[in-house]
Amino acid sequence: MAETTSQIKYTKADFESENDIRWCPGCGDYAILSALQQVMPTLGIPKEKIVFVSGIGCSSRFPHYMTCYGFHTIHGRPLTVATGIKCTNPDLHMWVITGDGDGLSIGGNHFIHAIRRNQDLKIILFNNKIYGLTKGQYSPTSELGKKTKSTPLGSIDNPINPVSIAIASGATFIARAVDKNVKHMREIFTRAAHHKGTAFIEIYQNCLVFNDNAHEKYTEKDFKDDNSVYLEHGKPLVFGKENDKAIKLKGFHPEIISSKNGSISDVFVHDENANDRGLAYVLGQMGVENPELPVAFGILRCINEPTYQDRLIEQENFAKKQKKQTLEEILNSGDTWVVK
Amino acid sequence: MTVIHHTDKKRETLEEATVRFAGDSGDGMQLTGGQFTNATAIVGNDLSTLPDYPAEIRAPAGSLAGVSGFQIHFSSKEIHTPGDALDVLVAMNPAALKANLKDLKPGGMIIVNSNAFSEVNIKKASYDKNPLDDEALNKKYQVFSIEISRLTQLALEGMNLPGKIVDRSKNLFALGVMYWLYTRPMETTIEWLKKKFSKEPQILEANIKVLKAGYHFGETTEVFISQYEIKQAHASPGKYKNITGNEATVLGIIAASQITGLPVLLGSYPITPASDILHELSKYKHLGIRTFQAEDEIAAIGAALGASFAGGLGITTSSGPGICLKSEFTGLAVKTELPLIICDIQRGGPSTGLPTKTEQGDLLQVLFGRNSESPIPVIAASTPSDCFDTMLEAIRIATKYMTPVFFMSDSYLANGAEPWKIPQVSELPKIKVNYRKEKDGFYPYGRDEETLARPWAIPGTPGLEHVITGIETEQITGKICYDPTNHDAMIKFRAKKVANIANDIPDIKIVYGEQQGDLLILGWGSTLGAINAATEQLVEKGYKVANAHIRYLNPFPKNLGDILKKYKKVLIPEVNLGQLRLLIRAKFLIDAQGLNIIAGQPLKVSAIYEAAENLLKGK
Repeated sequence: MAETTSQIKYTKADFESENDIRWCPGCGDYAILSALQQVMPTLGIPKEKIVFVSGIGCSSRFPHYMTCYGFHTIHGRPLTVATGIKCTNPDLHMWVITGDGDGLSIGGNHFIHAIRRNQDLKIILFNNKIYGLTKGQYSPTSELGKKTKSTPLGSIDNPINPVSIAIASGATFIARAVDKNVKHMREIFTRAAHHKGTAFIEIYQNCLVFNDNAHEKYTEKDFKDDNSVYLEHGKPLVFGKENDKAIKLKGFHPEIISSKNGSISDVFVHDENANDRGLAYVLGQMGVENPELPVAFGILRCINEPTYQDRLIEQENFAKKQKKQTLEEILNSGDTWVVK
Repeated sequence: MTVIHHTDKKRETLEEATVRFAGDSGDGMQLTGGQFTNATAIVGNDLSTLPDYPAEIRAPAGSLAGVSGFQIHFSSKEIHTPGDALDVLVAMNPAALKANLKDLKPGGMIIVNSNAFSEVNIKKASYDKNPLDDEALNKKYQVFSIEISRLTQLALEGMNLPGKIVDRSKNLFALGVMYWLYTRPMETTIEWLKKKFSKEPQILEANIKVLKAGYHFGETTEVFISQYEIKQAHASPGKYKNITGNEATVLGIIAASQITGLPVLLGSYPITPASDILHELSKYKHLGIRTFQAEDEIAAIGAALGASFAGGLGITTSSGPGICLKSEFTGLAVKTELPLIICDIQRGGPSTGLPTKTEQGDLLQVLFGRNSESPIPVIAASTPSDCFDTMLEAIRIATKYMTPVFFMSDSYLANGAEPWKIPQVSELPKIKVNYRKEKDGFYPYGRDEETLARPWAIPGTPGLEHVITGIETEQITGKICYDPTNHDAMIKFRAKKVANIANDIPDIKIVYGEQQGDLLILGWGSTLGAINAATEQLVEKGYKVANAHIRYLNPFPKNLGDILKKYKKVLIPEVNLGQLRLLIRAKFLIDAQGLNIIAGQPLKVSAIYEAAENLLKGK
């Protein structure tokens, strides 16, 4: 995180740009924007040190609606640009806004590599399971059999789970949130902002024009509680409308038990600091790759590792101590001869 | 230098020589050639080199596909090319002989490792019988059959070294022979070996032994009757070193970074023949130079462009196939008007093409290979050492005009070496860079009246927060804007900004020959040496010929049209199908003719001479 200045007192309005917002009325993006604009003043970071980088897609218009520095790049590539910015000026506080198409389809390669390097970037992936800006083709997170303009008989390719890829790539901070739960989003954004290294946040975001209700299982009050488990570090995984269900691990397999009857020792207690990627992977799969379970929201993993920028600076400082050379010395180095 | 051994043999003085070392790609021919080059530089000869190696790291031993060569042309006079034809061919096996014999002058010397001419190797090289026994070969050339492998073994007898190590040092025997033959000092190679094998004293001792054994073999054996000497060339006073194009490119980047104070970020993905720039620049972390080996070509340019946005000197290096992948980002750099250096070290194409061979086939790609109107300045280096000056100029233009710039080199320049007069730091061009700091009157696309450049306002600067985008934006404010009139104006602003750079670059000058005449030979890039040499020969023959060379391919120098008009005919030799010719014909409406040989090799002086003569004679 960039240095903080205690004198700065911002309000949400300081982060609201005068540009007209061009998202469809009722789009889930509004809630995400608002949550982030609420979090920004609490971080104590001077506005000029914050940079938003995005790719292409509905979500990628995001930087235009903030009042920080922004780079709205090309499709799938925001992580590459953010990497270059952060490597040149590690003092900047970087946010990357991407979507399921931008981040996982055309930009899938960069997604893996930015994460494995632990680039000090906060990545927010708006997952609406559809291509919105190109008017409704299926995306890499669309469920199998999805009928869209480009798949009139249903899609025949399996979806990918963003969180699973992030874990496989070694993400040091992984979280999941949903656009309708603004309070929770704010908490997650705040935690991400304070994390050193790649912070990956998947947000279930609703596209009401092309894929309405894609996430209703986790947003509609009648059944959201039975389909979602909110993770808290050190707390057992208890969920359900009546708080009557819990998750138990049977080997590698999570299963639902009744929290009334089951002894508390059986219940899976969340440890976001676990170094073992396996636990986070199991949590990330729940409800997505094994649909009978609830989806885990919250921070799946948060561990400390040196960032790419830490290592870059460390190596550079080491090199600077080892060797000093002027331009003249460099030009004149090697085998030389003099003509008189 | 001190190594003058007494010998009874005759010593002849020559003006120049062209030598090629050829062997299996595992035989160390590039290294041998490199060492011979360093020793030749120390003697003070002018020189030019042409490494030529296969794309496969180790093709099957003894096969024609696996032959690797290193050619050096050295002289007591100024020279421009690595030489059209060979005086000496060193062939470490039958395949090397077969692949290279066509380039040897009649009467030229062949030095072979006769131990490598086994039945198997002879067959692998597709010879029916041992070519060394062929009378015609012995009549046409001077063949020196030397048992290089056996003599190497003998030299190392008693050292108890593994056979593999013994065999691997045989190239040093050949190098020793060549050092004697051309009276080169062994010291530079001995010093180099000492450094390389400082931790392996036994191998060091063995290598020095073999090198000296080769040298003394030349001296004592009766095979050679004379030794050759090539006197020091008359170069302008100063300190020199040998430099390849890629090394000069790196030094250009370092110099620009030091002059401007801009932090460098090189985003790169390995690709032949550009990788050496990444390798070499990575050695300068102590200067704060940052290199990023990205996951792909796209990420490489993306990171470089991000660096430029953040106020750094963003650079990306690649070759044709990688440049294809960078196209979309290149367009973003045009739209966002950020300084960015894109280096295209050209190689044979299309597609994967000839990764290790040279070509000039990417000119139209870098000029036009993007969607819509996407103007970019393009400048090309013409010799290995010119890569230094060209890089500085690329960076000057990019930062002054806030624009991406294509820096063009090619495989021939990248790997070829020549002596370079090391410049004084005080003589280097001054490049001033100013970030926008003042808040008052700041607009992301508020342009400088003279250069039309937009301000460089970098993240971290209070009060200048703004968003840049690939979407069309309003003039001055930089806000997203789909207005038709605005788009028309922005397209024209971008074009005008680049076109106006013509006011800020030097006039093109005649390199050699009269200011008017019958024929102008016009070139760009790495053909300069061959065109120069051909022009000199044509002028000597009495033809009214001159040559000019274009460094600035976009925009062209303002006086280019005037120069073209002063000659009755124009010949444009290129290692492509006529890409510059297409531009010249379109822009100046003249009937320029081409010489286009796309063989993965630099153009030969003789080919240019012949094409020019035919054109002059109206053939």
